[in-house]
Amino acid sequence: MPKSQFLGVPSLNDEVTALVVDDNKVSQMIHHQLLNVLGIVNHVVGNGKEAVEIHSSGKKFDLVLMDRDMPVMNGIEATKKLRDMGVKSTIAGVSSHSLSEERQEFIEAGLDDYHEKPLTVAKLLSVVSKIKYKA
Amino acid sequence: MERNSQLHRQVALMRQSLFDQGYLDEQFVQLEELQDDANPNFVEEVVTLYYRDSARLIASIEQALDKSPLDFNKLDSYMHQFKGSSSSIGGRKVKAECAQFREYCRAGNGEG
Repeated sequence: MPKSQFLGVPSLNDEVTALVVDDNKVSQMIHHQLLNVLGIVNHVVGNGKEAVEIHSSGKKFDLVLMDRDMPVMNGIEATKKLRDMGVKSTIAGVSSHSLSEERQEFIEAGLDDYHEKPLTVAKLLSVVSKIKYKA
Repeated sequence: MERNSQLHRQVALMRQSLFDQGYLDEQFVQLEELQDDANPNFVEEVVTLYYRDSARLIASIEQALDKSPLDFNKLDSYMHQFKGSSSSIGGRKVKAECAQFREYCRAGNGEG
């Protein structure tokens, strides 16, 4: 039985693509598997600069899971840059910052959604339901 | 066969006691639910990665604590990472300790 069926959630059967942007290796592994279980084809990068570069190379994603605090280029800068580049993907901020000012700054950078870490199947399904643009 | 059952029961009891004593929370159950045939060792791999990453962070924190004066911003940054990883695997007690440490950093409390 596919894992998604076992969890009682729909499998997206590789119809949705996602980019995980996080410098934390544990978060990378968990988000990658979360997306796999939902049948979402996904790629993982370690900071905002790599997220911008992969988009500059021509790759497109339906969904971007963007961490806030990362070295080289953080999630706020990366989100602004992607929006300036005309990237229309659904960008969901995923962070462990609980202060509302920090959250607001991240949202105002151009996010479509925001969730506190840790991400769960339920939170991810909520994010997926907000995908407007198909890459 | 009997020995296997006993070992399984022991592991199950140990697992439950980690929840009962507050070391683990619901997030660990989420990780267990992500394990599937394509990734049969997922939980073990994540936890192994967590231990490796944590050892590196703890070493950095210890180094930073040896410096004078203390760089509270750096310490807070390390703790933010440690808290994030701990929260991701359901490490409830470690996450709480990290949160406390961060309070001390924000208050500039080196004694804490």
